[in-house]
Amino acid sequence: MTGTLFAVQVLNGLQLGVLLFLVAAGLTLVFGVMDFINLAHGVQYMLGAYLAVTFYGLTGNFFATVVLALAAALVLGLVLEMLVFRHFYDRDHLDQVLATFGVILFLNEGVRIVWGAAPLSYPGPDILDGAIPIMEGFGYPIYRIALIVAGLACALGLWLVVTRTRVGMLIRAGAANPAMLSALGVDVRRLFMIVFGFGAMLAGFAGVMAGPIFSVEPGMGDGVLILAFVVIVIGGIGSIRGAFLAALLVGLVDTLGRSFMTDIFKLFLEPSAANQVGPAIASMLIYVLMAGVLFFRPTGLFPAAGRS
Amino acid sequence: MRRGMMAATVAAGMAVAGAFGAVSGAAQAAEPLKVGMLLTLSGPPAVLGKHIQEGFELFVEQNGGKLGGRDVELIVVDDELKPDVALTKVKELLDRDKVDFVAGIVFSNILQAVFRPVTESETFLIGANAGTSTFAGRACNKFFFSTSWQNDQIHEVMGKYAQEKGFKKVFLMAPNYQAGKDSINGFKRYYEGEVVDEVYTKLGNLDFSAELAKIAASKPDALFTFMPGGMGVNLVRQFNQAGLSDSVTFLSAFTVDGTTLPATKDAALGLFSSSQWTPDLDNAANKQFVAAYEAKYGSLPSLYSSQGYDAAQLIDSGVAAVGGDLSDKDAVIAALEKADFASVRGDFSYNNNHFPIQDFYLVKAVKRDDGAYHTTVVEKVFDDYGDVYAKDCRMN
Repeated sequence: MTGTLFAVQVLNGLQLGVLLFLVAAGLTLVFGVMDFINLAHGVQYMLGAYLAVTFYGLTGNFFATVVLALAAALVLGLVLEMLVFRHFYDRDHLDQVLATFGVILFLNEGVRIVWGAAPLSYPGPDILDGAIPIMEGFGYPIYRIALIVAGLACALGLWLVVTRTRVGMLIRAGAANPAMLSALGVDVRRLFMIVFGFGAMLAGFAGVMAGPIFSVEPGMGDGVLILAFVVIVIGGIGSIRGAFLAALLVGLVDTLGRSFMTDIFKLFLEPSAANQVGPAIASMLIYVLMAGVLFFRPTGLFPAAGRS
Repeated sequence: MRRGMMAATVAAGMAVAGAFGAVSGAAQAAEPLKVGMLLTLSGPPAVLGKHIQEGFELFVEQNGGKLGGRDVELIVVDDELKPDVALTKVKELLDRDKVDFVAGIVFSNILQAVFRPVTESETFLIGANAGTSTFAGRACNKFFFSTSWQNDQIHEVMGKYAQEKGFKKVFLMAPNYQAGKDSINGFKRYYEGEVVDEVYTKLGNLDFSAELAKIAASKPDALFTFMPGGMGVNLVRQFNQAGLSDSVTFLSAFTVDGTTLPATKDAALGLFSSSQWTPDLDNAANKQFVAAYEAKYGSLPSLYSSQGYDAAQLIDSGVAAVGGDLSDKDAVIAALEKADFASVRGDFSYNNNHFPIQDFYLVKAVKRDDGAYHTTVVEKVFDDYGDVYAKDCRMN
């Protein structure tokens, strides 16, 4: 019984992990390659979900929605890059934080004006409807398993691109030493645009995939953004491999903490006291984890080569 | 927009029109009646504030831009769900705009922040949502009137229903903050069966997969939960996706309502909630209200809209009873206490603590023939029910 519950929670943790990875992958590339802090990355996740709401309303087909929303997320990411971010690459981090925070405020308010304040939703595809029975009266939704598979496939694809292609090589080089890369005659500006658009698209993809599970509402990206930053700090900035492992780690620690922390405290505390302490400690766990990792490995678990 | 103040003058001050309704205090009656609406209009819960505003404005419009025979100047401000911002904004309403009424207020922590400044300035405060226990009991005040409920009542409905229905094992879940804990306590006041587990989730939690697995493992007869706004949308959809609807009865408060149903759609069908009002409640005032609301805004009203509408009706009845002359405050209070209007929820009278004595229902989500989702009454759980804090209230 407890074994099954534990297995279900591990699946839940993995699922949160791959979702976080999709957001964190873009963030870590943008931060790693361009040394650019993009707080608006969470907003791109939100935009992905809102675009999917609109495209689902138009097409009524989930797969068409994914394709259209991805294309639109890419275009919007590039537009943002040209209008705002491009002008801040050479500025210091504080300027970048201020500008991208402004983009968050602007876009959160923007979606509220365009789509309204009420939470929205759209269903997943019919063939992924239903659940795999795991316990009596409780099934694990097939859509969530599909989400895990899609996330893992994305991770594999990303790994192949970064380690096996020329663009990937340039990205790795950019993360290690952008000045040298530029001196060698690579058009860094174009590389930045590709990385940025790709990052925006990944965040958008995470948003599109999250829509059938979570409600689509203004500000939905803000919480994800904070978790994504925790992930890239733990994983090591600029490292896709680090982001992947850290995302899974954060997903598992957060989910298992929420599920079992109160029960653990109930072993040696009054139930009412455990109910007070358990949730509080559980919500701190990932930050404790981050602090611990930073203490022993200040550059994260898998820092990008050449960075320290 | 976010920082700024939204000023909506509903009726352009036509002084000529004011001259007719004047019985006494003709000079004051020519001035527009100033109502300041303090609402949460930004962030994820903005939809609640918007619905209250729409309900209120609908009545004012139907009434020819007047309340109690006087033209209305409506000043709508956004509290941003921040008590400090709310305090600044409400002081502007009181000191600069010199409003006659402050109405609205979605959240308890906002009410806590503005309650004393408003009542101490002897301005009438009409609460159209938040129903904090302190202001129903010891800290009650004659200048405060609620057109919603005392918070505990909504949760007590579910506790009483679970008890009467004979549910033996219930799983309780609420967000980890004060209102969440109040909710669980309200439920337990009437429920005497076994509580298999009490889970407090992070406020703003989006993924309930971990909690749902725990619920399934503990095999309760019913789940009672309080998950307002987007949290409720997520919970309802994930509850449905996990296939728990077949084995666990879903009891909730402020989770399945007119603000979440457009997003949860079919996933919420058949789930239970508690309310003092539904769009299909059978009384003349409600039929007229729902039809007019749909015609104006193109969607069904939520319970928040109904509370905003009743707030406007209450002000209208009070101001009309004193002939538009607000100078004798005690006379206005006496008039408001009569609650002399046809509430869209049916029975409505004031308790000694200025919270309504009203009926509460078990409601469930259904789909109308044209595809619109709404709540409908399953059974009446409390008849003419006051709250438990009223006995502590010494009105002065």
